[in-house]
Amino acid sequence: MAHYIIDAFAMIGMSYIMGFLFYGFYRQFNARVQRRWGPSVFQNFFDNMKFLFKTETIIHGPMFFFGPMIIFAGAVTTVLFVPYLKDSNWLQGFSHSGNLILIIYLLVVGPLGNALAVGSSGNPFGVMGVTRGLTRLMGLEVPFLLGLALVMVQHETASVHAIMAAQTDFAHWNLMTNPIAFIVMILPFMASQHASPFDVVGAPVEVYAGPRVEFSGRLLGVLMTQNMMMTVAKLVLIADLFLGGATTIWALIAKTFALFLLTAAVSTSFPRLRTEQTVDFFWKIPLGLGVIGVIATVWFPWS
Amino acid sequence: MYHNEHCEGFQCEQQQLEAALAQSGNELGALDRLMAWFRQRSLFVLAYGTGCGAIEMRPLMTSRFDAERFGIIGAATPRQADVLVISGYLAIKTLKRVIRSYEQMQAPKYVIGLGSCTINGGMYWDSYNTIKQLDHYIPVDMYVNGCMPRPEALIEGFVALQQRIAAGTPSGFERYRANIDWYKANQRRVLGDNMPPDYTYDWYHAGGVA
Repeated sequence: MAHYIIDAFAMIGMSYIMGFLFYGFYRQFNARVQRRWGPSVFQNFFDNMKFLFKTETIIHGPMFFFGPMIIFAGAVTTVLFVPYLKDSNWLQGFSHSGNLILIIYLLVVGPLGNALAVGSSGNPFGVMGVTRGLTRLMGLEVPFLLGLALVMVQHETASVHAIMAAQTDFAHWNLMTNPIAFIVMILPFMASQHASPFDVVGAPVEVYAGPRVEFSGRLLGVLMTQNMMMTVAKLVLIADLFLGGATTIWALIAKTFALFLLTAAVSTSFPRLRTEQTVDFFWKIPLGLGVIGVIATVWFPWS
Repeated sequence: MYHNEHCEGFQCEQQQLEAALAQSGNELGALDRLMAWFRQRSLFVLAYGTGCGAIEMRPLMTSRFDAERFGIIGAATPRQADVLVISGYLAIKTLKRVIRSYEQMQAPKYVIGLGSCTINGGMYWDSYNTIKQLDHYIPVDMYVNGCMPRPEALIEGFVALQQRIAAGTPSGFERYRANIDWYKANQRRVLGDNMPPDYTYDWYHAGGVA
């Protein structure tokens, strides 16, 4: 029991620290691309602490308060159901009791809580942001699920542990054995991180802060915290599924950082797509590739 | 860049005042000092581009002067902002929106008055439709004088504000709450019946307890 509690806190703490350092790196990376110095790597931590220590927080009714709590609970649960290390007793959380199907459900808790909270705030920009978010979700969920399904079909299991165990060395990483599934997964994954080509939801200047327009003070701090933790959980999930998991913390940081760097590089290079362009893109390129992947995995004799 | 290590004349008085402020921060507890430090390190700016000063905010935020080095970035909405920058002259019509934006911000919040127009009206000193002293309507924490001040001056203003926040100086909002009757009377004098809606300062009607 004590093991579980320590493990859970270690996972939550580790995802938080990795989250703010990764986002701090992202801001520095962005700054260097734009030929400026940029903030310190710890800037996201400072911002988050500042919001958590604000003395005033506006609340529009009970649902407005519970929405961020639901999102936060969803993020913490997702963190606890993704195994961080392979062949280890530590940083496992409750992942032995869950599988990919459960994680798929947990990933949608966030947008749901968001819609509930923003709806009760009554701010038109917030509602606009949520509408865009749910439209984009419609585009990105289908290829995302298809990518997960491809991996599950390939290994004939829904257990993340079994999929990790099957990827013994570099040649057996799913990135090598099933590159189509990786491409099908990585694009919706970038969108779910609100990275640049797919950031219509909280588009700065356009819809102000989108769904977050009415959140302030501690609630915004909670939302920032969950966003950082959720990003790390998703990065670890992709690293588990396609990069063979990680046996040490250093390997985990290296693999998740490589994935994060890919997202950062794409998002600094490409301008924002409109909502319908995003949905079009997801239903053409990743979904088309996904269908080809299904045909290749299920029907072709050599697979 | 202009360095202000050495002072002459009236500047020394200012430094003595600021030294007294810096000493007052020693009374803060450890957690308060930590909070003050986080606060000063991360300032979200709601740039209210009222006058010509808005043109100075662009180079400040973008690559040339890069205010993000100091943790200063633009906020999309008043709800998330810590600092309201009033950049230049303020027409009476705009004042209403500024008051509303200011009251929607969440405490602790700070106001920077940019340019001479916020101090004494500047070149609009005899205009019929601008306010002359911003401090009569909303509490100003820091003035950056000049017509217009360069982005360097604005950065110095921000750094001075950061030092005050780190020293634990209460934000101007405390002054606003304490003297709300005076501020509201001043606002009513220029706005007349055209006052902004009062739900943004509903604590006023709760007798200051909310």
